[in-house]
Amino acid sequence: MSDLNKLGLAEARDALRKGDTTSVELTEACLKAIDAADALNAFVHKTPEIALERAKAADTRIKAGDAPSMCGLPVGIKDLFCTKGVDSQAASNILKGFKPEYESTVSQKLVDAGSVMLGKLNMDEFAMGSSNETSAYGDVVSPWRRDGSDAKLTPGGSSGGSAAAVAADLCLAATGTDTGGSIRQPAAFTGTVGIKPTYGRCSRWGIVAFASSLDQAGPMTKSVRDAAIMLEAMAGHDPKDSTSADLAVPDFEAMLTGDIKGKKIGIPKEYRMEGMPAEIENLWADGTAMLKDAGAEIVDISLPHTKYALPAYYVIAPAEASSNLARYDGVRYGHRATLEAGDGITEMYEKTRAQGFGHEVQRRVMVGTYVLSAGFYDAYYNRARRVRTLIKKDFEDVFAAGVDAILTPATPSAAFGLGEMTDADPVQMYLNDVFTVTVNLAGLPGISVPAGLDAQGLPLGLQLIGRPWEEGDLLNTAYALEQAAGFVAKPGKWW
Amino acid sequence: MLDLTYELPKPKVISGAKHDWELVIGMEVHAQVSSNAKLFSGASTQFGAEPNSNVSFVDAAMPGMLPVINEYCVEQAVRTGLGLKADINLWSAFDRKNYFYPDLPQGYQISQLYHPIVGEGEVLVELGDGTARMVRIERIHMEQDAGKSIHDMDPNMSFVDLNRTGVCLMEIVSRPDIRGPEEAAAYIAKLRQIMRYLGTCDGNMQNGNLRADVNVSICLPGAYEKYQETQDFSHLGTRCEIKNMNSMRFIQQAIEVEARRQIAIVEAGGKVEQETRLYDPDKGETRSMRSKEEAHDYRYFPDPDLLPLEIEQGWVDNIKANLPELPDEKKARFIEEFGLTDYDASVLTADVESAAYFDEVAKGRNGKLAANWVINELFGRLKKEDHEITDSPVSPAQLGGIIDLISSDAISGKIAKDLFEIVYTEGGDPAEIVEARGMKQVTDTGAIEAALDEIIAANPAQVEKAKVNPKLAGWFVGQVMKATGGKANPKAVNELVAKKLG
Repeated sequence: MSDLNKLGLAEARDALRKGDTTSVELTEACLKAIDAADALNAFVHKTPEIALERAKAADTRIKAGDAPSMCGLPVGIKDLFCTKGVDSQAASNILKGFKPEYESTVSQKLVDAGSVMLGKLNMDEFAMGSSNETSAYGDVVSPWRRDGSDAKLTPGGSSGGSAAAVAADLCLAATGTDTGGSIRQPAAFTGTVGIKPTYGRCSRWGIVAFASSLDQAGPMTKSVRDAAIMLEAMAGHDPKDSTSADLAVPDFEAMLTGDIKGKKIGIPKEYRMEGMPAEIENLWADGTAMLKDAGAEIVDISLPHTKYALPAYYVIAPAEASSNLARYDGVRYGHRATLEAGDGITEMYEKTRAQGFGHEVQRRVMVGTYVLSAGFYDAYYNRARRVRTLIKKDFEDVFAAGVDAILTPATPSAAFGLGEMTDADPVQMYLNDVFTVTVNLAGLPGISVPAGLDAQGLPLGLQLIGRPWEEGDLLNTAYALEQAAGFVAKPGKWW
Repeated sequence: MLDLTYELPKPKVISGAKHDWELVIGMEVHAQVSSNAKLFSGASTQFGAEPNSNVSFVDAAMPGMLPVINEYCVEQAVRTGLGLKADINLWSAFDRKNYFYPDLPQGYQISQLYHPIVGEGEVLVELGDGTARMVRIERIHMEQDAGKSIHDMDPNMSFVDLNRTGVCLMEIVSRPDIRGPEEAAAYIAKLRQIMRYLGTCDGNMQNGNLRADVNVSICLPGAYEKYQETQDFSHLGTRCEIKNMNSMRFIQQAIEVEARRQIAIVEAGGKVEQETRLYDPDKGETRSMRSKEEAHDYRYFPDPDLLPLEIEQGWVDNIKANLPELPDEKKARFIEEFGLTDYDASVLTADVESAAYFDEVAKGRNGKLAANWVINELFGRLKKEDHEITDSPVSPAQLGGIIDLISSDAISGKIAKDLFEIVYTEGGDPAEIVEARGMKQVTDTGAIEAALDEIIAANPAQVEKAKVNPKLAGWFVGQVMKATGGKANPKAVNELVAKKLG
């Protein structure tokens, strides 16, 4: 078989089981593609030795008829996941050279499912960003280009390395994390599928924390079926994470029937934003029509507090981040500034953190510190928490009225150029998350499915939002949408 | 409830240059929970281990690590709350207290600011002179201890030991109901006693397992009563908090020193600033810990890594049903059941092991006699050799055996003391020793009479004197006891002497 790296998880799995190829062949194909794709800057720590060792072991298991669900499938791991003995620095200089003595629960589950880790993937520093331009490793370059242009585009963020690597076929699938849209926005920008499961579905243990009440890991894949396979491997209760749910993980793949007859799909009017590009409007209308054609009932719904979501998110997430990132102080691990004579502990903290954190991280730590400070706590943090409760209730009301899933655009635009937003107000960048943050605030599952191309040939995604813990149902609706949309475009190889 | 009535102790009064001043004291006691593992990690809490050997990835705040509550610590906090007759909150939550220090790896302490696990309770604090005060507990919450910074090992470097990091503390917060240094010490002693009964804190102050922050303010006589009537703090002076003290003696000194400092400021027309201070026992002064600019803003907020802590009433009830008898109840029972004095009952209940020992000795015996022997003979003898009750060479059964021999008139009190010494040093069954060594009391009046007759015959002059002065009869008693090797029954000897000397 040729171009093995272009396979998806399901295809490769089936090929392995049939004996049409081996994990070593698959892995070697991916490693070769990775080495040829340095221009994308997606893989920042390559682990070919680990990959080949696991591939060999996988082949042995497959031969023995003892293959777990992802046996022998090569994947990339976002740098936010701690991987034992392998650099894990959350794309930050403050964790430069940090090699954990432990493996995150989710990446361990992927190992246990037999998958093969190819290396660590670039991302925005501490997952703070929507364009993968805040990384200490430098920007990730999207494999996609506008028709007739060689301008470098963003793959989105923060899981930009994961999205680029999957879109460019450097791996079969990758892990992402999503705090405000960090899986779904890059998936939409790169024509890939990304699902953020219900908060508590995947363990956060061993994933570098950004905003604990919002962070969730999820798969980034080439198809909805692949997302179902990989989410099932990643999910599950973990006693080491108090916020992980003690619920059984269903067989998601088995739920992909494509039958959504009678399902009620809500179209929230508040997501129709002023100044939204016509292309996005049209895509959304097309998606609605596709679901209707597939037998779903379309209902107009209202999520009245939507407009407060982004401001609330940009209070809560930085507040938690300011506290979560306090541990990077130069005392025990990671970067420590060289001190001058007379410098004390305060200087050590100040210099270490000034050198170790990039500007966006510093901005959010300062915002978070401010909103939690005495005198401002009620006006910002507590108010944001109340907003969050209202947003959650918006969704609960809609689901209680019988809605099964909600269809929205994934992003307000297609991918933009790297550097294009550098001088813009940071809020412009934050607007990328406008359709996705509500889902994190409410703790719901959300999936981005590629649904079309814009006039310049760039992918656009639609988002489906599901009921809590009903990822299986959500994946099935996404599967129906995927079938109807028939998105098959791939970026032309220029790297 | 206990039906004990006490006089209130008088508040401590310090005379300033212009006025008399009273003290008002509230305390935050930090008690280390007795548990094998830390509050949010499985690392050991053992004291005195090699530096940084009891440190998990969670304690060291490695990236991506998450806290998981240790249920046993929760149980201990609930048990402590029940022991202080406090409300147990079935719903509580953890908050982060954010500040930077090298011995605080996370950069925040997980604590319970907004919703503590234990609410209002009370502690009866007795002063030993028959006075006592009910001190109100405002709340108890659980929190993580910090590590230890060591600044004196190297001229240029500081060192950090994270063994204590994450160990579970209970912060027990009192109302400002304490009125003097002695009361403050008695309050801590009482808390310590109760927690040792409960097994929730070993109370070891030297190891820092029990420490206190003391809030001190001063007020003019009469003002405190107005505060108690209204619970309006404006009747009280501005308080200063003296941080982190782990010696009863220093706590008392610090309170007095701090009160005098505040009196001097106020009498000079100044204002006391609300601040945290440290007590320097060498210089005998308190000093400000940090200036206003350095004051911490802890940015408390709910810890998003932890779900609210929900416990069930049935679980609490079960803990309550299995609480040991507590000092106040035990003392009341000793007074009522055994007819002990308040003082003796206090001494015997001071620590749980002594009380248990006494209980065993007194069971089915004369309680007063048992108390007498435990307190005077046993405690005295143990103290002489610096032994604890837990390593007493005399078991409760042995001491009980001695008391049985006294009660049955088999031995005299004097012989009993000799017997106690034998049992203490050599061991053995008291009844067997008495039998084997012929220590039994002589109650045979014939033998006693013969001995007395002999003495009377040999001392005619003494007999004459005794007839004039009956007090001299004691001399004859003594001679008879001597002649019988102390084994004669003193009662029988007394009767015979009285009869013979007329």
